[in-house]
Amino acid sequence: MLTTKGLGKTFKSGVEAVRGVDLHVDEGEIVGFLGPNGAGKTTTMRMLTTLLTPTSGSATVAGHDLLTDPRAIRRRVGYVSQHGGLSPASPAGEELELHAMLYGLPRPAARARVAEVLARLELTGLESTPGAALSGGQQRRFDIAFGLVHDPVLLFLDEPTTGLDPQSRANLWSHVRALREGGTTVFLTTHYLDEADALCDRIVIIDHGVVAAEGTPSQLKSGGRTLDQAFLDITGRSLREEVPA
Amino acid sequence: MSAAAIRETWLVFHHTTRISLRHKVGLLVAAVQPLFFLVLFGPIFATFGDWETLVPGLIVQLGLLSAGLAGFGIVFDWRSGVLERQRVTPASRLALLLGRVLNNAFTLVIQTVLLVAAAYALGLRAPLAGVLAAMVLVVVLGVSLAALSYAAALTLDEYLFAPVMTTAVVPLMLLSGAFLPMSMAPGWLEALSRVSPFRHVLEAMRELFAGHYWNATVATGLAVVVVFTAVSLVIGARVFHRENA
Repeated sequence: MLTTKGLGKTFKSGVEAVRGVDLHVDEGEIVGFLGPNGAGKTTTMRMLTTLLTPTSGSATVAGHDLLTDPRAIRRRVGYVSQHGGLSPASPAGEELELHAMLYGLPRPAARARVAEVLARLELTGLESTPGAALSGGQQRRFDIAFGLVHDPVLLFLDEPTTGLDPQSRANLWSHVRALREGGTTVFLTTHYLDEADALCDRIVIIDHGVVAAEGTPSQLKSGGRTLDQAFLDITGRSLREEVPA
Repeated sequence: MSAAAIRETWLVFHHTTRISLRHKVGLLVAAVQPLFFLVLFGPIFATFGDWETLVPGLIVQLGLLSAGLAGFGIVFDWRSGVLERQRVTPASRLALLLGRVLNNAFTLVIQTVLLVAAAYALGLRAPLAGVLAAMVLVVVLGVSLAALSYAAALTLDEYLFAPVMTTAVVPLMLLSGAFLPMSMAPGWLEALSRVSPFRHVLEAMRELFAGHYWNATVATGLAVVVVFTAVSLVIGARVFHRENA
């Protein structure tokens, strides 16, 4: 579903955000992409979703070459950015319908698809609510609805639960798990080790722009250490530096 | 442009226009300043000039304040993540720009109709055919100004955009001869104003308002606005294609 070889990005400013990442994600997996702040998580994800052009390496995403056929990739993958993409002032359902139509769906099909995705994410009835009037959890589920409305085979979620209360997080987790049951492959970044532990089949840890470790949560926890300890051992840093030790 | 891109342009135009028409106050805001000029300055101007000279000037002023400041909208879409969300769809990036720009031109036409209607009430006696012909210039002008405004908004620091643009509008307005015809200006200022595309468009509109449908001034104005629009669209499209836009 996703394979990269030495994927790297050096910005024009000279900053080497990603030095060379090798990734492999199988169909139907939920893979967590972890790393300290500034490790290159978001830059990698923005390359994989065609928003940034890599400066080195190669990748195949959803069966298409990242460098030669980005538009075919866009058709088949969904991306939910860290900050979402809801318009604060216009009805969320209208935005979603336009979004579906930009993927080529005719209006009636787009409407049907929007209704289906909203029902799946328990958002039915909120179509005419502007983004700013939705709760944090509802906003995040709408963001995910944008990523799902064209039925992608691979969904990228950048920090899907940051800023949500524990209840909304648990609710979102159940929706992500349900995606896998529907056959969608999920690649997500997270700041929460408990989230990676609970949700992911496999975890890839990135540090200083390269993959530092990868494995199933239980492999990483081998030797009786917690995932936090494992992370600290691998990167020398705590995942959430903003939290005092 | 491909058939898909034309469809996407229409979808974005339709969606953004629906939002603009819903926010009626927003529609009026840009028209308020030219209306003040019409009511509080027009009667003075009318003591030595005629309304057919003044009103096209106020239309150019309106264009600069309305379509010229359209970039505020794209800053809004950029900040809320709407632009990035649409950029991960397979939709043509040119269509994402054009749909918005056409909405700004359409908005400008509605505002111009309001302004001209008010001017008729005060004493404007331009022939309808002339006003309609001038409207064509207004649409093209709206497209070019909005495209340039987007390019500026996505290039400048977001905190600089407002002060820079609202300031830049003033010399552009004065150099077009919007308030007093440039034929009254001293030689150096007259020469300087010839560099401004707005002066040529404005003079063409004045001819049309006077009932002169085809002469060298009209032809020059039309040629200038077409070239200016082509250049503006190329600049706007380049900025929209840029990866960090």
